[in-house]
Amino acid sequence: MNNRVVITGLGIVSPNGVGLDAFTNAIKSGTSGIEFHEELKELNFSCCIGGIPNVTEELKRNYLTELQLKNFNSSGILYGCMAGIDAWKDAGLSITDKTDFDSGTIFGAGTSGVEKFREAIYKLDDKNVRRLGSTVVAQTMASGVSAYLGGILGLGNQVTSNSSACTTGTEAILMGYDRIIAGKAKRMVVGSTSDHGTYLWGGFDAMRVLTYKHNESPETGSRPMSASASGFVPGSGAGAMVLESLESALERNATIYAEILGGDVNSGGQRNEGTMTAPNSEAVQRCIKNAIRNSNIKSEDIDAINGHLTATSKDFTEIENWSKALGLKGNDFPHVNSLKSMVGHCLSAAGAIESVASVLQIHHGFIFPNINCEDLNEQITSLISAQKIPQTLIEKEINIVAKASFGFGDVNGCILFKKFKK
Amino acid sequence: MSDKQEMIDGLKQIVKPYIQDDEAFKNLNEDTDFINDLKINSANLVDVILDIEDKYDIELDNESMDKMLNVKAALEVINAKVSEK
Repeated sequence: MNNRVVITGLGIVSPNGVGLDAFTNAIKSGTSGIEFHEELKELNFSCCIGGIPNVTEELKRNYLTELQLKNFNSSGILYGCMAGIDAWKDAGLSITDKTDFDSGTIFGAGTSGVEKFREAIYKLDDKNVRRLGSTVVAQTMASGVSAYLGGILGLGNQVTSNSSACTTGTEAILMGYDRIIAGKAKRMVVGSTSDHGTYLWGGFDAMRVLTYKHNESPETGSRPMSASASGFVPGSGAGAMVLESLESALERNATIYAEILGGDVNSGGQRNEGTMTAPNSEAVQRCIKNAIRNSNIKSEDIDAINGHLTATSKDFTEIENWSKALGLKGNDFPHVNSLKSMVGHCLSAAGAIESVASVLQIHHGFIFPNINCEDLNEQITSLISAQKIPQTLIEKEINIVAKASFGFGDVNGCILFKKFKK
Repeated sequence: MSDKQEMIDGLKQIVKPYIQDDEAFKNLNEDTDFINDLKINSANLVDVILDIEDKYDIELDNESMDKMLNVKAALEVINAKVSEK
């Protein structure tokens, strides 16, 4: 069985744009979605800025029923359902009363319903477990997002949630790809989501990995590849794609955004310089090289890299790893950008949101600009040409984009997206 | 309007968010069954009971909850608890 896998639907709930049109405009124009949050300040966070998608009460009701929204307090499930439903509809698929055994979902999350869990803990500690209500489990279980989405869409193939920290979204896409390649599903809704807010972001603030220098100027806070990068800015949201066997997509005459050529996931095993929180460079390079090899392309074929690039001191290490893995540097290095400059680090949602951006670049023919890196890191520009880090929109045909994500636990994922040609 | 009808109307408001059969809801009467007629998801019965507790300021024990499967039984349990207050 040698299926080809294509992307036929996209959905996005991002701090700088909800819905494909708003998001496409935002990334082309370099619009930041980072804002100051009074709540973080009141709770004594060092970093008081973050990225939260703008979702009104009215908009929520286009996706979840009144009953689903009753006692509902899980932003991650909401974002995931919105992105997943949008991707499904964008693919031209309909929601019926029948179970669709050919379609499934792998929709990842880092945590689920943190705020709902907090509500439950307060009641429970108050000896009031009997008053928790019926939805604490569904909203706080790790697979909450895929369970809600599977029910809404009537999915009858595999319905599950993966979790691999900041690699989650990229991994979910590759897991869905594998399932279609194996002939076990025709369509997979893949993506990932992240809750927003204090209880999730607090742990990162405590680790001192968030920037505390931009509370007065939130939009300039997320500075990947900049000399003044001083830690990441937390974000949230969800991204989703409908992956489909080429055969099924052609049969339905569906819009094809791009093809997935291949990819790889691995881990550095927390050996050498790899730890719970830092990557083992050997593993990162191996992951990228394997992805290129099993995509049957050459490094030189890559038009653009969508990096992980969080805006910490590790940005240089990442560029160095790309450079070594590709065997390219200076002017030969592909264009590279980081969506995190606009939306912050959307944690478990990052890989999916950034992959949607990567695919939009191929579909519409552009490379979105990096913002907040006027002062490029000199270590980085000593390795690759500054022109390869665009700070204004580039409009041109894009054939192949490499997307990588790296996460806590020393885990890596890399995907190759390509413009579809028959 | 009898007290009983008033109680039924009060209960009708409580179950409204959870029902999945509009016709049965419109014709709700003493004999209406929460799951079989109104098609309330069995997991949501727990939420109906919590909402009843809030409205009547009562606390329902496990045995009372087990009995409350239709309108008539629910009214009996509520009346008994309210009169105990």
